[in-house]
Amino acid sequence: MTSADNLRAFKRAGRIVVVGASLAGLRAAEALRDEGFTGSLTMIGDESAEPYDRPPLSKQVLTGWVSAGNTTLPRRRDIDAEWLLGVPASGLDLAANHVRLADGREVPFDRVLISTGVRARPWFVESEAALDGVFVVRTREHAESLQRALAAGPSRVLVIGAGFTGSEIASVCRERDIPVTVAELAPAPLVGALGAMIGEVAANMQRAHGVDLRCGVKVTRLEGDAQGHFRRAHFDDGSTIDADVAVVALGGIRNTEWLRGSGLAAGPWGIACDTGCRALTLDGLITDDIFAAGDVARCPNPVYEYRLISLEHWANAVEQAGVAAHNMVSGQAERWPHLSLPVFWSIQFGVNIKSVGVPTFADEVVVAQGSVSDRRFVAAYGYRGRVTAAVSFDNAKWLDHYRQLIETAAPFPPPSPTPDQPVDTKPVPVDFPGPDLLAQGATVVVTGNDPGERRVTAVQQHHR
Amino acid sequence: MTTTETPDTLSRILDYSSRADPYPLYAELRETPVARQEDGNYVVSTYREITDLLHNPHLSSDVRNLSHPLEAAEGQTTPAFINLDPPEHDRLRRMAMRHFGPPHTPGLVTGMEGDLTATVGALIDGFAGKEQIDIVDDFAYPFPVAVICHLLGVPREDEPRFHVWVDAIVNSIDYNPRIDPKEKLENGVQARKDLQQYLGGLLEQRHGRPGDDLLTRLANDDGPDGRMTDDEIVATAHLLLIAGHETTVNLITNGMLTLLRHPQVLGRLRDDPGLVVPLVEELLRYEPPVHIIPWRAAYSDITVADTVIPKGSRIILMLASGSRDPKRFHDPDRFDPDRRDIQHLGFGSGIHLCFGGPLARRETQIALTELVRRLDRPRLVADPPPYRRSPVLRGPIHLHVEQG
Repeated sequence: MTSADNLRAFKRAGRIVVVGASLAGLRAAEALRDEGFTGSLTMIGDESAEPYDRPPLSKQVLTGWVSAGNTTLPRRRDIDAEWLLGVPASGLDLAANHVRLADGREVPFDRVLISTGVRARPWFVESEAALDGVFVVRTREHAESLQRALAAGPSRVLVIGAGFTGSEIASVCRERDIPVTVAELAPAPLVGALGAMIGEVAANMQRAHGVDLRCGVKVTRLEGDAQGHFRRAHFDDGSTIDADVAVVALGGIRNTEWLRGSGLAAGPWGIACDTGCRALTLDGLITDDIFAAGDVARCPNPVYEYRLISLEHWANAVEQAGVAAHNMVSGQAERWPHLSLPVFWSIQFGVNIKSVGVPTFADEVVVAQGSVSDRRFVAAYGYRGRVTAAVSFDNAKWLDHYRQLIETAAPFPPPSPTPDQPVDTKPVPVDFPGPDLLAQGATVVVTGNDPGERRVTAVQQHHR
Repeated sequence: MTTTETPDTLSRILDYSSRADPYPLYAELRETPVARQEDGNYVVSTYREITDLLHNPHLSSDVRNLSHPLEAAEGQTTPAFINLDPPEHDRLRRMAMRHFGPPHTPGLVTGMEGDLTATVGALIDGFAGKEQIDIVDDFAYPFPVAVICHLLGVPREDEPRFHVWVDAIVNSIDYNPRIDPKEKLENGVQARKDLQQYLGGLLEQRHGRPGDDLLTRLANDDGPDGRMTDDEIVATAHLLLIAGHETTVNLITNGMLTLLRHPQVLGRLRDDPGLVVPLVEELLRYEPPVHIIPWRAAYSDITVADTVIPKGSRIILMLASGSRDPKRFHDPDRFDPDRRDIQHLGFGSGIHLCFGGPLARRETQIALTELVRRLDRPRLVADPPPYRRSPVLRGPIHLHVEQG
């Protein structure tokens, strides 16, 4: 696809395959048609349902306000695609240019978009994970069955992991007046994403809403009764808790195993790409016809020293889908970089939490406006004297200001005063959990001496 | 970035003679995005700079943060949330929103659709047999007034009384001591007192009584923030009454005027009522009802577009100019209901984003759809039509249309 003629021919009659039919895949398909792509479009998805929206699954679906079936994503336009749903992709052959499906079918392409996303990290002991009453939340079916379990009025729910999903589920339990215990290995909820200061605010918020929050503990065993129903959890400090429902909220696993052996830079950290969403090979060379978008993509962000960042954020999936689609049907000179700052939101315990930038890319944090004790404030994050992120509690409408500070590398801490002046305006260390909690281990080894022979090989992954 | 020629531009915009078409003057203003005036005020006219300021926590909506007192704010006792900063603004707006929108009252506007359509239908029935109608007096004014009265719990038969007060208040918003007679200001101050007294009288009867209207609900609120004081309720009702009928009148009228000037779009809307949704958004960009935020205060020094606005300065935000900024919108002077990139400033932005926006949208959507559906070959009698005085809440005072 180098010459303009080739590009025109491709736009008119080429073959694009989208692997992963969720938010990023659907939006990319719509954008491809918007861009004037009239060739064949094939959507491959391992779930049998049409693309649906996931944020409500840990919120409104669990409260029972919205049924899981009512989360189908709105269609912004007709995409005239062939849908191959219910069968996962099992391989990508870059020499033959086709996607292999688990049922043996081969789907040829000229260009492919990989948007296979993330799945829930299951409980590490399979037999315990299989107990009745042990849940994860990632798909519509997960949310529906957990909703039913919550509606049945369990005596207590145990949530394992106090990241965003775990905290949202704990919040739903309290809203439904169900006793809930939250177990978290780190010193506080949300601490891995937002640091110690916000972690403390989140911990106070959970306790104020009656959550039995236990931090710095590890769940070691889930115990079932004779009927195979979850009844009790054991902690590493020797204590136990009795509950009928356990929700495993230990984050996600990126769906990249099917790319093993494909020659792409794909691993547990995602698929490495350039800012134009073009995938890299294992050697770190750019590909021309392979693109990635959404939770599974790992792109460099120039604002953060070009570090490769993968984000499980709704807005990121939408934006990357648009950029990837545009670049799939554009010549080199017309390509777009994906440069928008990460944004995410959460609703828990009646509070809207929203963030812009990359809070983990910071060494200090300061309350910039509002009141922490009222849980209405904006905290700004700084790295070596410049603003790199901001997090708001019930103050989201101010975040555009902080986005602008980040984009212009404005000095940290931001100037005060504002009318809504915080009590304490002294920056504190951001304090993320140590590498022990976050380490992934090596994923590749480099071989060869001559520059023409240097190659990277993937290290076989074994999941805990 | 300071110049000396721009004061003329602002004065010319405020002058009544430019009311029918201020847009060329806005283009002139935008040559200096942040322009210091001779009196020390700052006029901001470009999209990027306006939105930056509206999201800037150092920008204050509280008149007490201006170094020079604002004549137009005289006689204000308890400020409404539009004239307050967080945390007070947030508390009062939250308490009012509890009874108006999501998450606590999510279905209010949707639930009003039947009534809105019926009100619109009855007004259009009244056009029967008339060859000439005034879109303002016969339609765009009575419609939102009926809606806001019903919503607030203000008796509609009192309309002739408060109409006089509201007119005087709106007239005094842009009071300029250099050119306006003192009377204009004094009338506004007196009208504010009268309206407040009137609303206070209504409120007295609502305590301890059941009822669905906003006054009654605010008077008997038992939400997490407690209850507003009577002064706060009166200030809130005062704000919503004025904002709820002085702005939507202009939006509907500007809408009909724009459609009559773009007969192809009018025809498309008649054939495809679904077009009204993007059409009203484009209208909010192209001919918005609120053109200017006449004052904000720099709470501390604010840097915008390389200009430092000193603490205490008065800042004037030219919203309608921002929505026509060619650096933000492609071909901005074209009315294009198919425009997809439409983050207009018609409802402002940031924490003071129009409280009643969702209602105004629906009112205007229903009003324009029905007008276009039922009017028989409508034609403008005069173009441009005569305009109201105000450069801030800008719209025709009459819009005569022939039909049949």
